[in-house]
Amino acid sequence: MTRKIVIEPVTRVEGHGKVTIHLDDEGNVAQSRFHIVEFRGFERFVQGRPYWEAPVLVQRLCGICPVSHHLAGAKAMDVVVGAGTGEGLTPTAEKIRRLMHYGQIFQSHSLHFFHLASPDLLFGYDSPPETRNVIGIAMANRELATQAVLMRKYGQEVIAATAGKKIHGTGAVPGGVNKSLTAEERDRLLKGDGGPLNAGQMVAWAQGALELFKDYYRKHKDFIDRFSSFPSNHLSLVRKDGALDLYHGVLRAVDANGKRILNDVDYQEYLQHLREEVKSWSYMKFPFLKALGRENGWYRVGPLARLNTADFIPTPLAQKEFEGYKAATGGKPNNMCMHTHWARLIEILHAAEKMRELLQDPDILGGDLVVKGRRQPEGVGIIEAPRGTLIHHFRVGEDDLIQMANLIVSTTHNNEPMNRAVNGVARSMLTKAREITEGMLNAVEVAIRAYDPCLSCATHAYGRMPLEVLLYDDRGQLLARRRK
Amino acid sequence: MTTGASSSRAGGNSARPVLVYGYGNPGRQDDGLGIALVDRLESWAAAEKIGGLVFDSNYQLNAEDALAVAESRAVVFVDATGEGEGPFEFRRLAPQAAIAFSTHAMAPEGVLAFAAELYGARTPAWMMAIRGHAWEPNEPPTAAALLNLAAAQEFLQSWLRGR
Repeated sequence: MTRKIVIEPVTRVEGHGKVTIHLDDEGNVAQSRFHIVEFRGFERFVQGRPYWEAPVLVQRLCGICPVSHHLAGAKAMDVVVGAGTGEGLTPTAEKIRRLMHYGQIFQSHSLHFFHLASPDLLFGYDSPPETRNVIGIAMANRELATQAVLMRKYGQEVIAATAGKKIHGTGAVPGGVNKSLTAEERDRLLKGDGGPLNAGQMVAWAQGALELFKDYYRKHKDFIDRFSSFPSNHLSLVRKDGALDLYHGVLRAVDANGKRILNDVDYQEYLQHLREEVKSWSYMKFPFLKALGRENGWYRVGPLARLNTADFIPTPLAQKEFEGYKAATGGKPNNMCMHTHWARLIEILHAAEKMRELLQDPDILGGDLVVKGRRQPEGVGIIEAPRGTLIHHFRVGEDDLIQMANLIVSTTHNNEPMNRAVNGVARSMLTKAREITEGMLNAVEVAIRAYDPCLSCATHAYGRMPLEVLLYDDRGQLLARRRK
Repeated sequence: MTTGASSSRAGGNSARPVLVYGYGNPGRQDDGLGIALVDRLESWAAAEKIGGLVFDSNYQLNAEDALAVAESRAVVFVDATGEGEGPFEFRRLAPQAAIAFSTHAMAPEGVLAFAAELYGARTPAWMMAIRGHAWEPNEPPTAAALLNLAAAQEFLQSWLRGR
């Protein structure tokens, strides 16, 4: 008898996803899939709107990473207004945007690690779900929870200062920004108001979070190394000299052994290198590298991928951590899923260092905010969002109205890896299991959560959903249902 | 976060402000009702010179909001809802430690529980849930939702005057 287990939707990720696991009559995992079950077309919605509205409009996609969409949309429209492809902005505009972006990375990564991932790590993925959450973290480690709150708050304040407001920020405009920082804003973010909300404290707390993870890793090395580990290609932006750069660069991909399979190409030409496959059972597409084809061209994006494609990190403390991280794999690409958390923490430290660096740069107080040039019919903007590579592509008519939009978000890039992660964990945890426990099902989610998916972006759908688990037999009859 | 005319965080509990916190996505039609109401109430409080109120809003609630809750003597969360007959529901909230952390966001009960655990705060809290009808990526809210918004505004203005 074949049984089918459905986890629907997945908790602590955004949007509506479900996992189905088919067991055969001997209890072996016959097939597993990570589905997307809702879809609405955002790309069609922006058609016919004036191009200058795009950086604000795209924030409607979801409230989880609006800054990333804001900046990717603005970068695409930089090209449209003839301001170049990421390097033509004024120093003030580029640095204000970078500060906004690193504030977003800092607060988003902090949210993921402290609130979503650390309960699994600190309590174990099979611990009681009643305490396996951020409240449990507060009860077990008050200092850590307090730091997490203030790290989130600091990142939000950086965003508010650079984007103008927390909701539907307007800071980035085609060709630049519409505001720089005042000296008072700069001083408040750099030094704080006598409290801990200052740039130096954020660096120190980021270092502390890394030490927490490394201590956990020393005690649970086997789990962290083995859980949902599988080889893959990796893709991200890198700076032209190979440095980690989350705001701008060229597209680079490496295979599981480190061989360069996409060699620092101009992202305006992304369509020459990437394709998207549609599968009947999911609304989320499956991107792949065109040169390698559907079977072999899939790849991971996000923190793990970025630290595999980058040659170095251009801030000293994160670079030192990067060296230790790379030593764990002998300098080879890291294909261990749970090391994504380690990579994410190194990026938190890098973001904290970058914010401190930018806040000490006098350019962020400048008044030269916007450049424009020869109007172009289309533009591509790519940014490394917290979850990975985010692509915005717009075509604009002579009437200044958007004719075409194509968005490929981080979670879509990670579609195939997440499916493989589910499959691997399902096979190791659920094969011949006599009972499907909450802990087993959470283990599947742990593998998905490592990618920090945001399905409301990935499907361009909206809404919040709980978790539902359905168990089917080989005739498709429902055997059990569990909802969180 | 903006502060009312005479709000202050110094001193004892009575000197702490009442926090009115709206959340949702104003780019998704009626999902922005909570933020729209907070905007209206902030303008009303400024025009009427009503102090002791603090207004804030965001796309969703999250753990860092526990700090603002702990610094307030009362809190009113304002959100849109797709359920109920309308025009709104106003009800008391209790902390829920066993939160269902289903997304990147937190439920208001979870924020209260987090504030209680982390800061020892027992801030009384209420939920103003305004009935919405459409959630597409458009602005402004629907006409039916705007009527509900007006009713919620009238109620909360009266309620806040008594605080």
